[in-house]
Amino acid sequence: MEENKRLVKVPTMATMAANGEEPEILFWVGCAGAFDDRYKRVTRAFVQILEHVGVKYAVLGTEESCTGDPAKRAGNEFLFQMQALTNIEVLNAYNVKKIVTACPHCFNTIKNEYPDLGGNYEVIHHSTYLQQLINEGKVHVKGGEAFKGKRITYHDSCYLGRANDIYEAPRDVLAALDADLVEMKRSRANGLCCGAGGAQMFKEPEPGKKDVNIERTEEALAILGNGNGVIATACPFCMVMMNDGVKNKEQEESVQVFDIAELIAQAEGLSK
Amino acid sequence: MIIGLENIIFLLVAAVGIGLFVWQIRKIRKNVLMGRDVELADNPAERINKTLLVAFGQQKMFKRMLPAVLHLFVYVGFLVINIEVLEILIDGIFGTHRILGFAGVLYSGLMAVNEILAALVIVACAMFLWRRNVTKVPRLAEGVEMRAWPKLDANLILITEIVLMLALFAFNISDLKLAELRGTHIAGAFPVSSMFVNILGNDPDTLHVIGRVGWWFHILGILAFMNYLPSSKHFHIIMAFPNVYYSKLLPKGKFTTNAAITHEIKAMLDPSYQPPAPEVDAKGNPIIQRFGAKDVEDLTWKQLMDSYTCTECGRCTDVCPANMTGKLLSPRKIVMDTRDRMEEKGEHPAIYKPNHYKEMGVERVETTDEKTLLRGYITPEELWACTSCNACVEACPVNIDQLSTIMDLRRFLVLEESAAPASLNAMFTNIENNGAPWAFSPADRFNWADELYVPSKN
Repeated sequence: MEENKRLVKVPTMATMAANGEEPEILFWVGCAGAFDDRYKRVTRAFVQILEHVGVKYAVLGTEESCTGDPAKRAGNEFLFQMQALTNIEVLNAYNVKKIVTACPHCFNTIKNEYPDLGGNYEVIHHSTYLQQLINEGKVHVKGGEAFKGKRITYHDSCYLGRANDIYEAPRDVLAALDADLVEMKRSRANGLCCGAGGAQMFKEPEPGKKDVNIERTEEALAILGNGNGVIATACPFCMVMMNDGVKNKEQEESVQVFDIAELIAQAEGLSK
Repeated sequence: MIIGLENIIFLLVAAVGIGLFVWQIRKIRKNVLMGRDVELADNPAERINKTLLVAFGQQKMFKRMLPAVLHLFVYVGFLVINIEVLEILIDGIFGTHRILGFAGVLYSGLMAVNEILAALVIVACAMFLWRRNVTKVPRLAEGVEMRAWPKLDANLILITEIVLMLALFAFNISDLKLAELRGTHIAGAFPVSSMFVNILGNDPDTLHVIGRVGWWFHILGILAFMNYLPSSKHFHIIMAFPNVYYSKLLPKGKFTTNAAITHEIKAMLDPSYQPPAPEVDAKGNPIIQRFGAKDVEDLTWKQLMDSYTCTECGRCTDVCPANMTGKLLSPRKIVMDTRDRMEEKGEHPAIYKPNHYKEMGVERVETTDEKTLLRGYITPEELWACTSCNACVEACPVNIDQLSTIMDLRRFLVLEESAAPASLNAMFTNIENNGAPWAFSPADRFNWADELYVPSKN
C-alpha cells in the first residue's frame, strides 16, 4: 500500500500569496483542531477530503490565532475584540472571501460576530461543506458498506444547532453512510448541550449532582443499545465531552466517538 | 334604555378600575425605561410575522402538547369571551340588555362558542391546578425562585378564572330560566347553560338576584383581575405581544458587541485613531457606561421587559443543562430576580412584595446585602454555571432572552471586577500569550500537518 499514497503539503495563505495565488476556501483549523491530539485527527481527515476532492484551499498555519470565542462567552469582551480585530486584519490582508471550519464555535464567532468589527466573509461549517461535496457528487462515500447496519447517533452542537439553526447538514452527511441513524430523545432544537459551551470547557463545573456530559452520554448509550455504536459529533468540545462520558461509563470498547469528517474520510477510504 | 342608579355606580366603578390600571401601567413603563436604550425597530415585517406566529399563534407552546392544548382553551376563551365582556360593559353603562342580540344568528353562534369555551376554560384551569398542586409537575413546583408568592399567584389566577366563568354561567342560567318562566325567548344560544337551566330553582326573584349578582361579580371580577395583573405572572397576557415583537431576529449565537471597547482597542492599536465623542445626557455630561451589567439600569429596556413578560412556567429551567444536573443556575430565577430588583429600585406597582432569598433563609443562594441585581439577587455561582447553550431561549414561549442577561452580568464580573474563576483567568492568559486557550506554543500550531498522507489517484 505504501506506494499508493502521497505526502500532503498543506498550503498556507502566506505561500499562496507569495505566489500571487488565492485559494477558493480558507480552512480555519481552530485551536482544538491544531493542538488537541484527538481533534488533530479530525483536522487531518478533513484535509484528506479536501485533497481528495481537489479543491483549492489553504490554511493560515502559524498565523492563525484563537477567534476569541471562549473569552467572549466567559465575559471577557475586551480580550475577544483584541483577538477578533487582529484576526480580521490578517484575514482582510489576504483578501479572504470564503472560510470553512470544523469548529462550530469558530464558525459562529467569525460568521456572526466578526461583521460588527469589520470582518465580512462567507463562513461555512464543515458539516454544510461536506453536505455540498456529497450533493455535488465529489465525495461518493464508496466504502459506505463498512458502516452498514452500524448504529450512529448524532449529537447536536449548540453553536451549530440552536445558535445557527444547522440541524440537517450533519444528518445529511451521515445519511450518505449506509448506517442505521438513530436520534436521541433530545435532538435538534431540543438537543442537550454536552456541557462544554460558554467557556465551561476551560473550568470545573459548579457544584451539582451530575456532570452534563454524563447526562448526555447516558442518553446516547440508551439509544445506541448494546453492541457497536458511534456517537457522531461536529464540534471539538462536544467530542471531548462525549469521549469523557463514554470512558466514564466504561463503554469505549463498544461505543466510539467520531467527527462526521472522520466518518466520511473512512468511508471514502482516505484514512483508517 | 333606562339609566338608573345601578348604571351610574357601574360607570364609576369601571372608571376607577380602568384609571387604577392605567396608573399601574405608567409605573411599569417607567421601570422598563430604567433600562439602557437599544434600537429594536428594524424589519417590522419579520417582527409582525414573528408576533403572529409566536404570540398570537402560540407556536412555541406546542413543544409540549398537553399544556399547549389546555392553554389554548384558556387563551382563545380569553379572546372570545372578551366580546361578551364588551357587551356587558355597554349593557352596564346604558342599562340595556344583551345589546348585541340584534346580530341574530351571529350572536347565537358567538354565545354558543362562548359557553363552550367557558366550560373548557374551567376544565383547563382545573387541570392546571391539579398539575401544580397534586401531581406537582417539577418545573411548576420546584426551584428556589418558586417562593410563596409565585405559587400563591398561580393558584389565585386559576381559581379566579374558574370563579369568573362560573359567574358567567350563573348570569346566563338565570337569564335563561327567567325567560322560560315568562314564556319568552332571549337572544343567543346557550348549550351549556341550558343543560343546567333548572339548577338555580324556579323563584323569579331569586333568579333575578342571582343574575344580577353573577353579572356584577363577573364585571367587578374582571376589573379587579385587570388591576391584579401588574403584580402577577399573569401580566404575560399583555406583555407577550410586545415582547415577541421586539425579540432578537439575529442568530441566537450572535452576542452583542460593545462598541465602546472597540474604540478603546482601536485607539490602543493605532494612536492616530480618533474615537467618536461619548454620548452625553440631557445636562451635557458624558454618559459613562459600565462594562456589562451590575444592576437593572445596566440592562436594556428589552431585558427588563422580558422580566415583566415571564409567566414563570419554568420551561427554560426545565431544559437548562446546568439546572438539570443540580447546579444552582435557573434561567427563570434570573428573569424573576430582575423583576424583583427592578421593583425594589424603581416604582412598585405590585400589590405584593416578594420575599427576598435572604429573609427566607435559602442557604444555597448566597446573596449579599448589596443593593444590586448582581450578588444582591443573582450570585456569581449561578452565572458561571451557564453553558450558553441557548436551550432556555429556545424553550421560552414568549421569546425571553435569558442568556443575554446572564452574559451581561458575567461581563461585569470579568471586565469591571476581574472576578472570573481562576481557571478562566488562566485561559484568558493563554489566549493573550499563545493565541490559544491552552498553554501551547503558537509555533507548534501547524504541527498537525506533519506526515499527512492521502491515497494517490491512479
